[in-house]
This record gives sequence, C-alpha cells and structure tokens, in this order.
Amino acid sequence: MSVTGERLQPTIFELGRPGRGGGKIPHPPKDALDRLPSEARRAVPPGLPEMNELDVVRHYVNLSQLNYAVDTGFYPLGSCTMKFNPKLNEWAARLPGFADLHPMAPDEVAQGSLQLLWELEQALMEISGMRAVTLQPAAGAQGELTGILMIREYHRARGETDRDEVLVPDSSHGTNPATASMAGYRTITIPSAADGGVDLDAFSAALGPGTAAVMITNPSTLGLFESRIGELLEAVHAAGALAYMDGANLNAVMGRFKPGEAGFDVMHFNVHKTFSTPHGGGGPGAGPVGVGETLIPYLPTPRVLREDDGTFRLERAHERPSSIGRLRSFVGNTGVLVRAYAYILAHGGPGLREVSDDAVLAANYLKHRLSDAYDIPYDRPCKHEFVASAATIKKHTGVRTLDIAKRLIDYGYHPPTIYFPLIVEEGMLIEPTETESVETLDAFADALIAIAAEAAASPDLVTGAPHSAPVRRLDEATAARQPNLRWRPMTGAQTPCPD
Amino acid sequence: MPYGPHTADDRERMLAALGLTSVDQLFEDIPVALRASHLDLPDPEPELELAARLSGLAARNRTDLASFLGAGVYRHWSPAAVDQLLLRSEWYTAYTPYQPEISQGTLQSIYEYESLLAELVDLDVVSASHYDGAAATAEAALMTCRVTRRERVLISRGVHPHYRDTVRTYFEGGLQLDEIPLIVDGDGAGTTDLAALERMLAEPGLPVAGVIAAQPDFLGLLEPMPEIGRLAHTAGALFVAVVEPVSLAVLAPPGAYGADIAAGEGQPLGIAPQYGGPYLGILASTDALVRQIPGRLVGMTSDRDGKRAFVMTMRAREQDIRRDKAASNICTNQALLALAASIYLSVIGPHGLRDVAALGASRAAQLEAALAAVGAPRLHSGPYLNEFVVRVPNARAVHRRLLDAGILAGLVLADAEPDDPSLSDGLLVCATEVTTSAEIARFAAALGALIGTSVAEVVR
Repeated sequence: MSVTGERLQPTIFELGRPGRGGGKIPHPPKDALDRLPSEARRAVPPGLPEMNELDVVRHYVNLSQLNYAVDTGFYPLGSCTMKFNPKLNEWAARLPGFADLHPMAPDEVAQGSLQLLWELEQALMEISGMRAVTLQPAAGAQGELTGILMIREYHRARGETDRDEVLVPDSSHGTNPATASMAGYRTITIPSAADGGVDLDAFSAALGPGTAAVMITNPSTLGLFESRIGELLEAVHAAGALAYMDGANLNAVMGRFKPGEAGFDVMHFNVHKTFSTPHGGGGPGAGPVGVGETLIPYLPTPRVLREDDGTFRLERAHERPSSIGRLRSFVGNTGVLVRAYAYILAHGGPGLREVSDDAVLAANYLKHRLSDAYDIPYDRPCKHEFVASAATIKKHTGVRTLDIAKRLIDYGYHPPTIYFPLIVEEGMLIEPTETESVETLDAFADALIAIAAEAAASPDLVTGAPHSAPVRRLDEATAARQPNLRWRPMTGAQTPCPD
Repeated sequence: MPYGPHTADDRERMLAALGLTSVDQLFEDIPVALRASHLDLPDPEPELELAARLSGLAARNRTDLASFLGAGVYRHWSPAAVDQLLLRSEWYTAYTPYQPEISQGTLQSIYEYESLLAELVDLDVVSASHYDGAAATAEAALMTCRVTRRERVLISRGVHPHYRDTVRTYFEGGLQLDEIPLIVDGDGAGTTDLAALERMLAEPGLPVAGVIAAQPDFLGLLEPMPEIGRLAHTAGALFVAVVEPVSLAVLAPPGAYGADIAAGEGQPLGIAPQYGGPYLGILASTDALVRQIPGRLVGMTSDRDGKRAFVMTMRAREQDIRRDKAASNICTNQALLALAASIYLSVIGPHGLRDVAALGASRAAQLEAALAAVGAPRLHSGPYLNEFVVRVPNARAVHRRLLDAGILAGLVLADAEPDDPSLSDGLLVCATEVTTSAEIARFAAALGALIGTSVAEVVR
C-alpha cells in the first residue's frame, strides 16, 4: 500500500498561533505606506495563519503522503497517460537561466529560451506532420479553444458565417463540446458504430453547409484507431468544413501516424500526457497547437520567429493582423515546455516511436490478461489504452465498476478512469503507459482478476472498499448540497480536527 | 528508450502472449496510405549531453540584470521551503483528485488554497485555479454574461494589455467587449475615466453584463474601485476587480469595495517568472455566484466513519459532466502553482506578506526620488504602490542603452501600449523587496548620464 495510513492533518488554520513565524523579509520603514490614501488601504488584515517553518514543512510533507502518485505506484488512469516524469526535466526547468527570466524581457536577453521554444515547435511539427505550431495555449482545453477559434476566423474570412455547428463523436472528451460552446458553436453529437468507430452514416447525415468543424480524437477515447479516418476527412473537406484532432492520445501513434499528413487541419498536443511533463495534482500542462497551411495566418500572437541571422524574436503587438489574438498572457507555459523539450531530445526520433510501440504493446498485453475475468467490449487490437467492463460481474454479483475501482486501492493501485467514455456500461478505461514493467502489468492484472473473484465470493468486501486508505468513501451529496468551500473558525468547532 | 523498462525478452514474452511476432501487427488498423514511416528527429541524447545542452541554453538567457521590470510579473523572494516542498513528487506526479480516498493531500491543499485566497480577496468562493491572470479575467468576463444573460462587457484600459487581448479573443464567439478610456491629463491621469464609463453604461443597444478594472492598474496607479463598482451596479452590471495578491496585504480587498468577482495573477506568491509560466490564475466570487464560477471547487465533508475529509464538489458545472452546457471547458488547471501559493502564504505569514508589500512600496518611493533627481519624473501624479511610469524622451533607445549597462529599465510603453500616444515617452518601472539600494543608484546614475547626453548620442 503506497498511501500511508491514518495521517490526516489539521488545516493550517488550526495549526497557526499568533506570534509564530517571521524571519524571511526585512522590516520596512515605519512610514512605508504613509503615502497611500487611507480609503485605498485595507482596514482588516487578512486572516492568514501564523506558523513557524517546521510546522509548515511537516504539514505539507504529511499531507503529501496522503496522495497516490506515479512516483509511489502504478497509475493506469485512462486518457491521462500517467507515465514516468524524468527527474532531469525538473532539474532543467529550475536552472536559474530558465526560471528567473522575465516574460517581457527584451528578445536579446532571452535567446536561450526563444531558441528552445523554436526548436520545440520544429520537433512538434515533425511529430504531427503539421506546418506550424503555437506553444501559447496553457492546456489541452485551451488548445482546443485556440483551434476552434482559428477555424471560426477561417470561415469568417471566406464569408461563410452561416456555419454554426461542430460535430463531435459521443465518445469524445467533455472538453470538445464545452470548447465548441465557448467558441459560440452548437454541438452536434455523432453516435459511435458497433465497432467503436464513428458511425459513418450518422456522420454523413449530420455533415453539411452548417458544419464549421469536426472534432475527432484519434486514437479514440476507447483506445481504438479510427480506421475510416481517410473517408471521414475526405467528407469533412468536401463539405467545406475543417477537421480538428484532439491529440490527447498521441502517445499511441508517434512515428506511426502523422495527423497533418493524414489531412487534419489542426490539432493540440497535451505535453503532460505525451511528453511526460508532470500532472501536478491537476496541472499545470501546456497545450501547443499544430496547424496545416490554411490556418497559419490565424495562429495566436506572439509567434516565435527566427531571423535570417539566426537570432530569435517574438512577434510584436499587432504585427500580424490576421491572428486570432492572445489566449493568455505572455508566450506560454515555458517552464512546462522546457520539460517537454528535454523529453523529446532524450528520446530522439527512434525513441519516440519506441515509446508508442511499447505503450501499445503494454495495453494489448494487459487487455489480453484481463479478457477472461472482465468484458472487453471492443475485442480488437487497441492502441495505448483499452476499455474493460464489469457489466457481467455487476449482473451476477451486484458489484459495480466503482466498487472494483475502490477495491484496487486496497491492493495498492490507483484505479483506472471509470465510467468514461460514457458510452460503455460499467466501463473502466485502462492506460498502462510504456514506462511500466511487465512485472507491474502482471501484478495489476492479478489484482483485478482477484477482485473479480472476490466480487463473486465476498461482495461486501468489494462494495465496502477501500479499507486501507486514509479515509473511506466520502459523503459527496452533503458536500454538494451544503457546500463548505473555505475555512472559518466555526467550521472547526463543528467538525473537530482528527486526532 | 531512456525511461522504458522493457528488455528484448519482455517484449517477446508480451508479443508471444498475444500470438504475434512483431509490434507492427498492432498498427495494422492504420490505413496503409496514412502510415508514417519514421520521425525525422535526431538520435536519442544521453543525459550527460542533454544536461549540457540545457545548461547552455539557460546560460544564453541573461538573468543577471538589475531588473526594474514588473508589468504583471514580479520578482519576489520565495522562501527556500516553497520549492523544497514542491519537489516532493507525491505532489507533482499525482493528477486531478478523482479518487478522493487516495488524494486527500491534494484535496486538502486545494481547500486550504481556497480558504487562504478567500481571506486575501475577502470573497467566499475561490476556484481551484485557472491558467493565469489573463485567462482568469476572460473567465470572469464570460461569467458576468452567463449570470446577467447580457452580452456586452466594459474593460478599463487600465487592465494589462495582454488581459484585454485575451478577453477579446475569448469573446470571438459572439460577445461584445468595449474599452473604457483612461484619463489623459490632470488629476486622476492614468486611471479609469469615470465620466466615460458612465456614458458607456448609458449607451443604447446591448446592456452591460460586467465592468472590469484593475487595482493597481497596469500603470501602477490606484483606481477609484468603490466608484467604478457603484457605477457598474447602478447599471445592473457585475463588477470584476483584477487584483495583484501581494498588494492585498495592504490595499482594500475586492470584497470590501463591492466587487462581485475577483481575478488576478498569483505569480507573485512564490512563483518564479519562468519566461511566461506556469503561473496561477486566481478567480473568486461572492457566494451568490457559486453555481456559475468555472473551474474546480473542493469542499469539506466527511467519510463513512465520520472522519473529516475533502472532495471535489458541485461538479455539475464542469465539462466532463455537463459537456456543451458546462461553465467552461477548463480541465487541466494550475494545481501545483496553487499549492506553491499556499505554501508561500503559510511560510511568509500575514505579517511577512505585509512587509513584502510595504518594503516594495518603500523601495519604489526611493526609486521614484532617484529617477526624478536625474531628470526622469513620474508621468502621473496619482498614488501608486510599487510600480509607476517615468517620462524619458527616446524611451526605447534609452532602454536599449541601459540594457548594455546590465540594467533592465522596466517596460517600454510605446511597445506595450502602441495605441496610446500619451504613453509614448513612458517607461513602466517597479521595485519589490528584492530591489536593492545599490541597484537603484546604478539605474539612476546610468539613466542620468544618458539623459544628459544628446538625442543623437542616445540613439546611436
């Protein structure tokens, strides 16, 4: 068990004592704030805790030990690519030359970072087959918004403003329809065919003069390559629409499939998935976007440019009026991109292809190991992840996928993604990644097989899980009905801190 | 492959279990015509050589300058404990706490972040983080439209130009954004023009959903936030305050002057500049707007045994549940940076944070006097905290010459705000607690020497 037992912590608000702390910052002169007008001054100081450094350190070290993480154990969370985060990359991002550089520093003092960003763009172009890349989007979802807004601008420039629909398969990530809405489009959901691919008939029926874009995840969130992708892309372009690829699953096909060469017009990369930048407990990520020739004029500003003399610079404000503008401040999450750059160079071309080969091999092997104990709804070679289902187990024992996931915690594993994609009954999306050994894959398969047996023999053991985690299942209903979203002294009185 | 565990035997064993002889067979579902043959990238680079390459690139950046550049990103002392704790990989190699039983560390840390920021901004609801100050401001603007069901937002030109550009981009989907001008001359120069705001709010056509202003504004000046809020509310619009978190130790918080939403950049709370990110987008609102705030929320609850615990809550606002009806498309956020801010605030404490703000103000006053003494007076007369504009003829050329002397003389406003002729001679400069008297003296001396030089000399 990788999570340490009963180590729940008081909040920092309960730990603070007036008079503790200090010693970090010199005291300012007494009159430092006298020139501020009184009406602009804060009347009541913020109620922040006062703590000494040791208490702060123990608090956050002990809290960290309540977490499950890639560095503590196997984390097969489908669609999230929880691969190993190389330590060299953490070291590199903290080099003072990278960490201390101000984002508005003149180009001439930022040549190292600008060169790194430019070279990273080149590498992503080669990996994706796209013609240009922007590194600005802060995460995959912001990359999606970037792509869809560029498509919107493309249609507007052609006078085709009647196109107000975006087609999205029902297996897609929730970010796809949410992005379409943010960009002012209506989402049309396309059902999946029996084989897990997009239903071509439904797709063709929905496609038309109102279609602005189609968003396709390939390989799909079922872990399946969209074999009819050639026909799909042809139909999209024949209808005058553009094709967006959600690149969340790029880890499966590096060196095997280049979306730009296949005909996609735009895609995003999730560097915290494919290129090993840490997931950070929810973020940060970075969501670079690659485009084909048609969308280059609309790329966000500023682009990183290389001059004829080999120096680099950022595009100036208003230099390229056709741009959709900014998606955020400054050039992008450069600190994250340093890590992605290091990862790509550590692997090189052959290494990245091997990453995908091994990720796909591991997923197929694990699927094979589980195929007797669990339903495998799409029984054909998968890519880097696959869906298993506990539908049969539930029918016979009443034990649900949720229970199996919680029981995996007792076995020392992070559960897979569950109930996603939404179209699979009692589904669990399992993504082992290429960095896990065959011993780990076997041990995980053994655990899931053992839990399937427990479901039949002693279902209460499974439905009562987890038994060994720091806390048991939570009361989520009350949390939502009577939200307690911030500490107040009263809260402590009602719910005393655990001893 | 540098980080992969598989031996040739391992691969053979897995392939044999699948009844295959080559991994190529697992890619036969890719249509032949669409298969790529290889990647035209260099060979793998061993760690020793890669480390040297990365060190070399980092060394090509110049971070040894005496810097007076702020403009939304500020150098501060981040206590050593902050990064030491962030390096615990139980934090940075976990993901979104979908399984609360084994994510209590991340969940409690987010709850504590929400609580700490709620204290700073004096509003009850703080989302678990957005990408940066600009994206948080854009989300705030969209939020005002959802809440009021109106489609027009007014943003002061005192808000950071990158933030204004970002909101404009987010509004491409069919919402209207108009800029409120700043006062050009006299009292209040450089702050939001209240008379213009009043006129714009009364204009026929689309009613206004929200009014956005920054405190301090982009030029470092203090805005009349209560008046801006009052005008917004009179017109039935929401008031969004864009704030800088360290300043909130000493400046009135958004909750105190009636803001409905606060947005801002959390970078000053212990986060390194990193040439643009990752940073921390702060977004907070009143309790009344909790169902419309985008981004994750973590709440306190209990487990089956009654033990206190934390969980992601009110998830029906989020994209993975509501898809096209979600409050935003945000998924991955800036959780690790929210953690950094929490650790920073815990280590520095309320008195330390006040000292950071006050010492910055004190150094800035020293900087103002030193620059004025060599012929670079302030461009505006209103109060500021730790950042202000000085008037320097040929600002761009002077800035360039100072760089050669190892001084980063703030921001050339002719580049950052090219549409505003009143700022064409302006340099936006700031000081914080890390600015030294020696740096200020060097800057003033070098600037004085240049100002004393003829124009032709400077440009050369």
